[in-house]
Formats: sequence, structure tokens, C-alpha cells
Amino acid sequence: MQLLPMRGPVEKLPNVQSLRCKECGRDYPQEPIYVCDFCFGPLEVNYDYEEISKSISRESIEDGPLTIWRYDQLLPADRENAVNIGAGMTPLLKADNLGREVGLNNLWIKNDAANPTHSFKDRVVSVAATKAVEFDFDTIACASTGNLAGATAAHGAKAGMNTMVFIPSDLERGKILGAAIFGSVVLVNGNYDDVNRLCSELGDDRRWAFVNINMRPYYSEGSKSIGYELAEQLGWRAPQHVIVPVASGSLFTKVYKGLQEFAQLGIIDGADTKMHIAQPFGCSPVARAFIEGQAHPKPVIPDTIAKSLAIGSPADGYYSVGIANKTGGSGTIVPESEIAEGMKLLAETEGIFTETAGGVVISTLRRLVREGVIGPDEETVALITGTGLKTLEAIADSVETKTIDPTVRSFDEIVMGTAVS
Amino acid sequence: MPLRRVTFTFETKLIQRPVIYELGKEFEIVTNIRRAEVNHDSGWVVLELEGTVDEIDRGLAWVAEQGVGVSSLEGDILAG
Repeated sequence: MQLLPMRGPVEKLPNVQSLRCKECGRDYPQEPIYVCDFCFGPLEVNYDYEEISKSISRESIEDGPLTIWRYDQLLPADRENAVNIGAGMTPLLKADNLGREVGLNNLWIKNDAANPTHSFKDRVVSVAATKAVEFDFDTIACASTGNLAGATAAHGAKAGMNTMVFIPSDLERGKILGAAIFGSVVLVNGNYDDVNRLCSELGDDRRWAFVNINMRPYYSEGSKSIGYELAEQLGWRAPQHVIVPVASGSLFTKVYKGLQEFAQLGIIDGADTKMHIAQPFGCSPVARAFIEGQAHPKPVIPDTIAKSLAIGSPADGYYSVGIANKTGGSGTIVPESEIAEGMKLLAETEGIFTETAGGVVISTLRRLVREGVIGPDEETVALITGTGLKTLEAIADSVETKTIDPTVRSFDEIVMGTAVS
Repeated sequence: MPLRRVTFTFETKLIQRPVIYELGKEFEIVTNIRRAEVNHDSGWVVLELEGTVDEIDRGLAWVAEQGVGVSSLEGDILAG
């Protein structure tokens, strides 16, 4: 992909030193680029932790806004410019009912469905959109089949930018409308690969801020805020286990990075969290690589009801496998039939209606406890990344309802199960 | 000439086969390896391909037919 020139100078942030290649360590200026020209490794934001350590503290964080921007010293954009619709600081809920059901005494649910457009994507897009404004882009773009579309469309609207959200035209109407309400949705007649290819070509020759292409180093940093929030909401400590649904793997690596940064800066005493990969059977290249002892996931063609995890060629799969190995974590492949079961279990025990990815997480949780990977008293967080209201079709056959006539007799017979003489 | 950055992943049965050499020989494609790792039972290579769009598409289809995992450097862009 070619670099496109910036239209205006970007003020250097005091907390960021450069973009740095994760592979060869070469440094690059803070520009809308994402890959090392030398070795093709991914670029990542390189912070000046010594400088940050002089001013960051639990108190400075607590004094910040109730959004991801309370952690602005560890984000690659200026809080003053924030494209902010309220992403972050979602509830961390003690899940005693679900814990009893699966055999855990110390279980928490991080409910990121409580974000403004009902998924964790608001975190990453808030950072990407802010960076797009700082780079003086006038157009923000993405290709999505769900959560990313809504988050990008909403933040683009808030920023007053031209917004290009590319969606396959055969996507469920509810998902299209959920993004189209914010404007600027483009429906593409084509399949998954067609949309991927179109967007790759457009990203090559348009001067757009493509949130998960040329803005990726900045965009992905937004996910670290989940790690920060987990530590803060637990009373400034890292949990023993986190179960993360994996698509590209970016979320997985950044939750880990957030916890590690807090430990490095002394905000928490340490972070020995075991990171667990959760993937559905129909798209499980990362979990499979972990299980088979491979470093590099082999790409697959997705065929899963967990659409938000349908990334067959995961850009951060390699790094996710590495982190799962390094932390003593795991990789779990959940049968497709168990996804709706997991969704139902969470809904019926904790009153949380998760998207299909959450069903994968809850089923993974149950398996890890059953297999003894997670002990009964070990503090565990299950990450719920989006709402089930966007994936109603997934549970249509799993949920029972009762229909009665408008009479007490009918109610007693059908609902109460009591025969009336 | 158009360039394309891709990742190949190899399973055990393909480790000893010179697939990248064959790609350059069978198609009008210049291959340029930038990063790679090969161990006892698998391997991956990040490389740049130079050729016409049609020739690169044909070459990558052939590589995939041989059983090699082929993905763009960016991974999938279309996200959930």
C-alpha cells in the first residue's frame, strides 16, 4: 500500500516517541502508516514510558473523564481533540450466578455491549477517528459486517467527517440500518473477498483514514483501555485469567499490553494474567495454531454464526498465539452448536444479552473450568464485546416462548402448567 | 509493475518443496522474501511479489492449490 502525503503538520505528542516495527525495531515518524518498509512487520506506537511515569498515577487517572480518554497518557492522540461519544468505562460485573453454574467463585463479566454503539469497537474507532482529525483527513472509512460499521459511522458523524462504511449488500437488514442511521453506508454487491479486495484497492489510492488499514497502529491502541479498566475496576490489580474472543487478534494482544503497561508503570503491582483465546469452530485459525503448537495461524475461509469473529486471515494471530503461550493461557475451539448455549446461559444467569462472540467466550469459560485450566477460586474475567440485539438470528431457534389466549384459564394451563377442572 | 505483499504458511508436507522458486519459474513474478521462519514441522514467509495484477492473481491461486496458506499482509480488512 502506498503512503499518501499528509495535508498538514501533526503536532508531536509528548507521550509518543515514534511508530516502531514489532519485528525489526526500526522507528518511523507518527504518520498514517502501518507496515515496516524494510521487513514488512507491523508498526506499533512506541511510547516514552519514562516521561509518562513522571505524571501518571492512579489519582491522575481517577480525575479523568469516565471514558477511554481517562487513560490519554497511554493513548496515541490528544484528549483535547478526542472524537468522543462516550466509549469506555463499561461495567465490570461480579457474576456470581454464572460462577455458580460453571464452578467459579470469583468470576467477572466485562460488559462492552454497554458502549455507545453497543460494542468494544467504539474504543478503537474513537482513537482512530481522533487520529484521523489530527492527521487532517476529511474522510474516515472501514469495511465491516457489523460492529465496526456502526462504530465508524457514529464517530465519523460526531467528527463531521465524510464517512465511507462498506458493507456486503446481502448483510442482514438490521445491521445495515444500525450503521446507515449515522449516514454514509455503501452497500457492495459481492462476497466477503470482493469487499476485502475493493477496500484494499481503495485504501491504496484514496487519501482516506481507513481505520483498520493505514490507521491501524493507532486504532488498535484503543483496545488497551479494556486492560486498564479491568485493573482499575478490580481495585488496581490484574485478574488471574482473561478470556477474549479472537477475530484478528488485535483485541487479544492489546488487552494484554494494557495490563503489562500498568505493571511496568507501577500503577499495579504486577500482571501475571493468563490470556485465553476463544474462537468458534467455523473460524478458529488462532486457537487451532495454539492447540497444534504452530506459531503462525493458517488462513481459513470463515463459516461461523459468530460473524464478528469471522476473520479467516488474522493479522495479529501470530502475536496472539505467542501471548497465549507466554502467559500460560490457552486456545479453545467452541462447537458452533454451543455458541447459542453460551449466549443463553449468560442471559439466564446474569441478565446480559451478548452477541455470538460472547457465546463463544462463555462456552470457552465453561470448558476451561471443566478441564481444570481455571481453578474454582481463581479470579477470572470473561470479556463480552457486543450486544445480542445485533445477532438475533443466532438465537431464533434456541429461545422458547409461550403463547396464550387472553384468559386466566389459558395462562394457568399453558404458563403455570396447572390443569383447571 | 504492481507489487503485492503476502504471507505464505506451510504445513509439514510442504516444507521441503521449493514452492517460491516454482512460483517465480512458472509465472512472470519476481519474489522478494522479507521475513521468514521455518522449524521442524511448519513455516511461514512474508514476501513481496512483483508482476502484473493478472499474473500475481494466477500465481497466488496456484500457490493456494498446492496447499500453501495465502493471505495478504494486512490480513482480512472486512471486520465484524
